[in-house]
Amino acid sequence: MKELVIISGKGGTGKTSITASFAALADHPVLVDCDVDAADLHLVLQPEIQTSETFVSGHVAEIRTGDCTQCGLCMAVCRFDAITDFRVDAMACEGCGACVEFCPEKAIDFPEQECGIWHRSKTRHGSMVHARMHPGAENSGKLVSLLRTEAGKLAERENAGLILVDGSPGIGCPVIASITGADAVLVVTEPTLSGEHDLKRVLQLVSHFRIPAMVCVNKWDINKEMTSQIEALAESMNAVPVGRVPYDAAVTAAQVNARALVESSDGAAARAVRGIWGAIQKQLFAEECCHVAS
Amino acid sequence: MKIAVASGKGGTGKTTLSCAMAFAAQEKVTLLDCDVEEPNSHFFIRPEIEHQEQVFRPVPAVDETKCTGCGECARVCQFNAIVTVNGKTLVFNELCHSCGACVRICPTGALHEVDQPIGQIETGRRDHVRFVSGRLDVGQAMSPPLIRRTLEQADAESLTIVDCPPGTSCPYVTAVKACDAALLVTEPTPFGLHDLKLAVETIRDLGVPFGVAVNRMTEEKNPIQAYCEAEGIPLLIQIPEDRRAAEAYSRGEPINTVMPELNERLAQIPEQLKAMI
Ligand code: SF4
Ligand code: SF4
Ligand code: SF4
Ligand code: SF4
Repeated sequence: MKELVIISGKGGTGKTSITASFAALADHPVLVDCDVDAADLHLVLQPEIQTSETFVSGHVAEIRTGDCTQCGLCMAVCRFDAITDFRVDAMACEGCGACVEFCPEKAIDFPEQECGIWHRSKTRHGSMVHARMHPGAENSGKLVSLLRTEAGKLAERENAGLILVDGSPGIGCPVIASITGADAVLVVTEPTLSGEHDLKRVLQLVSHFRIPAMVCVNKWDINKEMTSQIEALAESMNAVPVGRVPYDAAVTAAQVNARALVESSDGAAARAVRGIWGAIQKQLFAEECCHVAS
Repeated sequence: MKIAVASGKGGTGKTTLSCAMAFAAQEKVTLLDCDVEEPNSHFFIRPEIEHQEQVFRPVPAVDETKCTGCGECARVCQFNAIVTVNGKTLVFNELCHSCGACVRICPTGALHEVDQPIGQIETGRRDHVRFVSGRLDVGQAMSPPLIRRTLEQADAESLTIVDCPPGTSCPYVTAVKACDAALLVTEPTPFGLHDLKLAVETIRDLGVPFGVAVNRMTEEKNPIQAYCEAEGIPLLIQIPEDRRAAEAYSRGEPINTVMPELNERLAQIPEQLKAMI
């Protein structure tokens, strides 16, 4: 079983559209939406939810006014300015427990926090694991790890050969949780100055975790020179360029109709995505024969 | 006044709008790039950098000669960032939230805090725009401390525009909460509407007044307008879809240069938001 994670230096590069197309092209993979902060894959794949569970992680402090003597120690202890006037602002509380530990009256409760809901679902292209964080909730990294673990179990049960992960954007905690231990990463980027810059940072991160990386350039024809420059950068950082997708109105049209690009179009962008999928399969399963032999 | 420019998701044009608003402003303005994982506004502002500073956060360090291996520090840590095995105490910096609880509880004074670098803050200037940007070091997971430090650089006297981190979780909350009003940027697609709804839900919890900007408007009917009307959210600006804008963006030019007709509208946004506070 292989796990491919699709990420981008930042959001809005077409990562989700490309993931949805791969889902349609692959043979019933297990799909995971790890962009838990702004999950969008379900808008295209229209999953039918089978099971739902809440995700709890961390704690939040709550002062019991009746027992509090207003000594003020908790405010002095809290490094996150979460306590004012002997009340905890749940949005600011990091759940570190320092106030709970040091309150001389033991007047602070520390209940577990419900951070979101996650689902196992069926889609027309395979099973899917996805989640929805509560607004402002913390610990998306932990939720991402949970989703990947659950996807692994599901893939085993269903004997799926591939797990496709729509990863988180950025370079912080959720994306680290999205990629650690994956077999390969595809970075979707755009030919812009910031795209180049973000690609560099994300490839540094990927190589930090020693994961083989591939790169594809979306809307490559809005700046052809930059595309070549980006591909050269990718190669210099040991990432394999696997293709270019042209600017194509069919991409937005597919989104609006809740279809993957390759399901609704046979145009230039759709053909490019098919080509890229072929190239990725070669990379991903290149060593398969040796595994079988050994 | 501090205005947050935010969106449920990256790539909707948050940076484009922040920079365009800064350039269109008729007064002195500070632009804070708080998207510290991927700060991009410097490509468009092209400031002359005057000052650079390292940002640190405290993490505990162990004095082995004083540590008795009692394990109190590991018990108190909610993030499993400090463990005691076989009488030895180890700290995992990436997991530490710098809360200070372990240092406070250690009975022998074996723990003290040391500064760990997490990123940089750059400040500079271009014309009437003062520029401040935070940049998280690669491999660092904790962005809120750096975001908070970047926010401290706001100018109390004049207008401050904050380019916020994407999403709706802790980094977004950290930045938006510190602002007086917000502009939520979205796109006229079902994806855009879905992400906008999440951003609206969060910002209502935070109690920050806000308006909406739609980027890449086409002639076609879009779901954003109807949603904003139904929810009573002011739609403050609509930027048309234009290949010139995409190309300008790819070269690192602000949209003001290719769509100067937008300047007047952009310059009014801070006033309109001010009226909502
Ligand atoms: S430390 Fe405890 S008793 Fe003192 S003010 Fe805080 S909650 Fe009240
Ligand atoms: S748990 Fe930590 S962050 Fe929350 S209020 Fe107490 S000291 Fe502050
Ligand atoms: S609390 Fe202090 S003495 Fe006890 S294990 Fe931790 S560092 Fe060592
Ligand atoms: S400072 Fe807080 S988070 Fe860091 S190791 Fe100590 S107790 Fe854990």
